[in-house]
Amino acid sequence: MANQHHDTPMLDELENGPWPSFISGIKRLRDQHSDERINGMANDLLGQLEHSYETRKGYWKGGTVSVFGYGSGIIPRFSEVGSSFPESKEFHTLRVQPPAGNYYTTDMLRQLGDSWEKWGSGLVTFHGQTGNIMFIGTTTDNTQHFFDEVNEYGWDLGGAGPCVRTGMSCVGAARCEMSNIDEMRIHRTLLNNFTDDVHRPALPYKFKFKVSGCGNDCMNSIERSDFAIIGTWRDNMKVDQDEVKAFVEKKGREYVIDNVVTRCPTKALSLKDDNTMEVDNRNCVRCMHCMNVMVKALGPGEDKGATILIGGKRTLKIGDLMGTVVVPFMKLESDEDYEKLTEMAEETIDFWAENGLEHERCGEMIERIGLVNFLEGVGIEVDPNMVNDPRQSSYVRMDDWDQEAEKWFNRKAEEKAAAAAG
Amino acid sequence: MALDLRPPIESGCPDGFQYMHPVMRKNYGNWDYHEHPRPGVLLHVAKGGEQIWTVRAGTQRILDVFTLRKLCDIGDKFADGYVRFTIRSNIEYMISEESKVQALIDALEAEGFVVGGTKNSVAMISHTQGWLHCDIPGTDASGVVKAMMDELIDEFRENNMPNRVHITTSCCQINCGGQGDIAINVQHTKPPKINHDLVSNVCERPSVVARCPVAAIRPAQVNGKPSLEVDEKKCICCGACFPPCPPMQINDAEHSKLAVWVGGNHSNARGKPTFQKLVAAGIPNNPPRWPEATAIVKRILAAYKEDARDWERINDWIERVGWPRFFELTGLPFTKFHIDNWKGARRSLNSSTHIRF
Repeated sequence: MANQHHDTPMLDELENGPWPSFISGIKRLRDQHSDERINGMANDLLGQLEHSYETRKGYWKGGTVSVFGYGSGIIPRFSEVGSSFPESKEFHTLRVQPPAGNYYTTDMLRQLGDSWEKWGSGLVTFHGQTGNIMFIGTTTDNTQHFFDEVNEYGWDLGGAGPCVRTGMSCVGAARCEMSNIDEMRIHRTLLNNFTDDVHRPALPYKFKFKVSGCGNDCMNSIERSDFAIIGTWRDNMKVDQDEVKAFVEKKGREYVIDNVVTRCPTKALSLKDDNTMEVDNRNCVRCMHCMNVMVKALGPGEDKGATILIGGKRTLKIGDLMGTVVVPFMKLESDEDYEKLTEMAEETIDFWAENGLEHERCGEMIERIGLVNFLEGVGIEVDPNMVNDPRQSSYVRMDDWDQEAEKWFNRKAEEKAAAAAG
Repeated sequence: MALDLRPPIESGCPDGFQYMHPVMRKNYGNWDYHEHPRPGVLLHVAKGGEQIWTVRAGTQRILDVFTLRKLCDIGDKFADGYVRFTIRSNIEYMISEESKVQALIDALEAEGFVVGGTKNSVAMISHTQGWLHCDIPGTDASGVVKAMMDELIDEFRENNMPNRVHITTSCCQINCGGQGDIAINVQHTKPPKINHDLVSNVCERPSVVARCPVAAIRPAQVNGKPSLEVDEKKCICCGACFPPCPPMQINDAEHSKLAVWVGGNHSNARGKPTFQKLVAAGIPNNPPRWPEATAIVKRILAAYKEDARDWERINDWIERVGWPRFFELTGLPFTKFHIDNWKGARRSLNSSTHIRF
């Protein structure tokens, strides 16, 4: 039977057109691969997919598949129509953690491909929406074999289920002049501190770390992660006035005024009559727009660090939430700085593990209990950078206002003293 | 054959430096500026003057090993053997010499890969697993994406948009594809159909009840068996009960539709990040090529391309011209469903005399 191809008239339509076709790829595995196991698996996969296209329904169900020692990292898939498509009736995905920044040599890609064709379907995605390498399609037995093989040469599984998930970080310092932090070090420090929580799901729900080197946030970390680390700076931005002049010369004053000056969200830019740029650095919010346009002339400052936002997530259950600023700025240079970051992540996860309801994301818990209770739980002081506006509603008890005001003044005095000393 | 079980090596996230181009390793954290010589090509210059050239190409994302090896062959023959993948699953080849760029582009294009996806292009659509692998999909995102990229390929190859356009697709309302300038997501329109014979064996009923965003699910005895019932007047057809309780089938060949959302923007550039907003729904989930969904996306792109100013993302453009103009320019209907009624919805209403005529 394996050699008899399922008819796939609908899928065949997806071989037309100029964009590369995933259907043609699966057919290559069916027709050209030297291993009959892969031929049969690809054929039945196409058969089931065609059946989905015809009936507009999915036919995979989950289950429990893991590798020895772990409780996470495999997405089990058993076919509900396996009797018609037996060779792909078990079609599990392994989520494998990519290197921070998603770098590979072609040699390593070939090695992974060789292992995968030995044990799996030969289909792979770099990367899924979770940030993992998705090795799509293998049997329960071969899941273990494949993992054992790639684990020997440096690869480990990512998260799935209620656990710390695989992290993501942008290309950052490796290739981008906008980078303000060491994205790879942050990514690896955090993820590899929580290895146990990645592999053994025991949290209320998923927890994601994402790292972007600047406010352009190419990793979508504010919208898509529970714990977003975003690079920024707190001194003056860099302005190369010769390059500003050269840019104005090339593009014209009107272009610069219409596309740079007037697009600044806090009106912090002014193009002078001599074609230099004046910046009101106290009111620059580090949005990145002017630097994106005038790449050579403008750039981040020298006193770099990170802003941390907590609680971003998509719809389920209470609606979309963006992350909220909990740390406006922290340095991330010394080992102590990194320890501070790790401790803060531990505090956050511990507090949420203790207080979050089943299937409740960290941001949803904060929505339910209020930001202040969360901050007190993890030991972070309030800061006006955490809000768009102060409270509107007068329905609140403020018995210990005087003590809270005192705390604020004391903190400010300490900061001033520290700044004077430092 | 007994498995020889050994404890896993819990190595976690690997170090990227070992796979990084030597020029990038050497200049880590020391880049000065970049240029964009042509669509799909980036030139980054380090403070010391060293250069790294990047060529970006779109692929079918779900790669068979033949395609993976082809990408490696190209990397060995025409580049330096170092690659990375972007968050939107494009492959990037990094090379240190400009002289290699054109041959690399030619080799990629000769093999059917599509060079582009940089700057103000329509980037590769980020998408989910769909019928190929997901357990709860309402559609096949890979198929939608393939059909749509066939039509948008020129916009991927060129830089004709006011700013970059990130499109996403998702096979259910959980929206794993994420926020996008344009998002094409499954939208169910009917409550789940319950197989009461299976519920008590398959589903942990209290957690299914707890999962419902509008408290429309309650435990019930049906045909003498413990099961669950849905208050269909309250039900918002979100499908949240289906993953924990597969007998509550939400996917429906006719009534699971597609909806289009616009204006999601993760960047902090200019404004703060924004969530996407509903603009069109009731679009047939029509395999194998979903022409109705593609037509609406193209209509939105055409209006944006024509009317937006340089550097405006779709959300920036709509903020400037207003939603009435958006519906006028795209010819999409504005209905009662566009007016939000979820928690906090009053913040989305216009409480001013700011009206454009």
